Amino acid sequence: MNKSKDKRPKLQEYKNWKELPPIPISLPLEASIGITGDWRTYKPVINQEKCNKCGICWMYCPEGVIKKNKDGCFEIDYVYCKGCGICAKECPTNNIEMVREEEINDE
Amino acid sequence: MMSKAEQKDFIQNRETKIIKGNVAAAYAAKSARVQVISAYPITPQTTVVEKLSEFVDGGLMPGTQYIKVESEHSVMASIVGASIAGTRTFTATSGQGLFYMNEMVHWASGTRLPIVTAIASRGPAPPWNIWADFTDVISQRDTGWMSAFVTSHQEIYDEILMSYKVCEDHDILLPKFVAYGGFILSHTSKPVIIEEQELVDSYLPPLPDEKGWPHIFIDPERPMMHGNLIMPSGFYSEFRLKIHDAMIRAKEKIKNAAREFEKVFGRNYGNGLIKEYHMDDADVGMIIYGDLALQMEQAVDDLRDEGYKVGMVRLRHYRPFPVEDIIDVAKKVNVLGVMDRATAFGSPTGGPISCEVKTVLHGMDNTAEILPMIAGLGGREVSLDQQKDQLKILIKMHESGEMPEDLIHGTLWHGKLEVK
Repeated sequence: MNKSKDKRPKLQEYKNWKELPPIPISLPLEASIGITGDWRTYKPVINQEKCNKCGICWMYCPEGVIKKNKDGCFEIDYVYCKGCGICAKECPTNNIEMVREEEINDE
Repeated sequence: MMSKAEQKDFIQNRETKIIKGNVAAAYAAKSARVQVISAYPITPQTTVVEKLSEFVDGGLMPGTQYIKVESEHSVMASIVGASIAGTRTFTATSGQGLFYMNEMVHWASGTRLPIVTAIASRGPAPPWNIWADFTDVISQRDTGWMSAFVTSHQEIYDEILMSYKVCEDHDILLPKFVAYGGFILSHTSKPVIIEEQELVDSYLPPLPDEKGWPHIFIDPERPMMHGNLIMPSGFYSEFRLKIHDAMIRAKEKIKNAAREFEKVFGRNYGNGLIKEYHMDDADVGMIIYGDLALQMEQAVDDLRDEGYKVGMVRLRHYRPFPVEDIIDVAKKVNVLGVMDRATAFGSPTGGPISCEVKTVLHGMDNTAEILPMIAGLGGREVSLDQQKDQLKILIKMHESGEMPEDLIHGTLWHGKLEVK
């Protein structure tokens, strides 16, 4: 259990009761439920020119998909963003717009 | 074994205080350097947490957090939280308070946390009763907590120290109750040796560091979640098996802790699980626990002076139950009485320890006849003369080969009130 993040087992590796640790432990696993970006109907788009980099969208994102890059700008990871719209609601300068996703035709 | 001169020197170098049992428990928590105490008052344990609040407020326990909560459920919930964060924790409760925290008691053992709780045992209500009766601790039999019954004021202090040693062992990691009779030990005063801090530090394991216990710790760099749902097809049963296995293995650790305690501090508590008294050449014996066991030693002495060959076994631990030791003592005598100061309604004998003794001796050859007995419920006084009567009943059973006549559902409820 004391191992660092990259050395921890990804999945349950215990075979029988003797190998088990004393208590059941869940370790965080990225994307354990799949590509949640597919769930979106609207996607948030940050207007980077007007953004004042306050970081409120980053703090409020319930999934942690808004990340701060080297320049201090905030970027949204569209692979996992579920489009809940909280960042757009909380942005104090109203610079995040919820844009309807393009529909994908199966043909 | 120390020489008399060494013993005298040893005693005079320590602090002896004349204190109540509750205060002895508070001193033990202080000596153990506990880091978090959660408190809610209930008679007869209130002075444990009150004394600890004096210590903390007076700066005698630097770094210790003292949490005042609004109920016993919150006491155990906050102690579980504190223990998960990697601290040595302590609390105290009694009777109804223990029942109130029952849900969290299960959580503490399921999370394998080395919590020690002092219990000033009190009879369950109704009828309302605040006096000595061990039904409260015994009702926690299946929770996965270890439990010890202590017999004297010094033993309250000593057993709490021994308990931290066993509980915090990385192979065990289980919580423990240290139970003593409410009012009988909690509110009476006797000399208790409070050991030097350095000596206690050398006996106990070091306090957990900021990483906490080996199986669970709070660290934002390495986030983890525990207590998650496990489907029936998952390892639920196996995790529960591990708790039982740990408790069985704790028997050896308890014996080791008691042996080492004697080496460091000079006080003997039998083998840790039981303490025999004059059993080797006895015809009859009594298994007994709690403060009544100390008085029973006097009854045994008095009857021995009269020529009867009686002995007794003081049961120190209820969980884990000392199976092998009880099997061994039952071979030594013809008749074994089991004196319970608690009830297990609807059980085969009505008394919890007598049921366990019968279970343990099932199928054994050359073993004793068992007479289950119950006395002293709700703090009713059991006098020395009554205890001598109880031993004489066993002797009569040994001589006649017959069970006594006035049993109720197979058990002798001794000292019943009859108003004429």
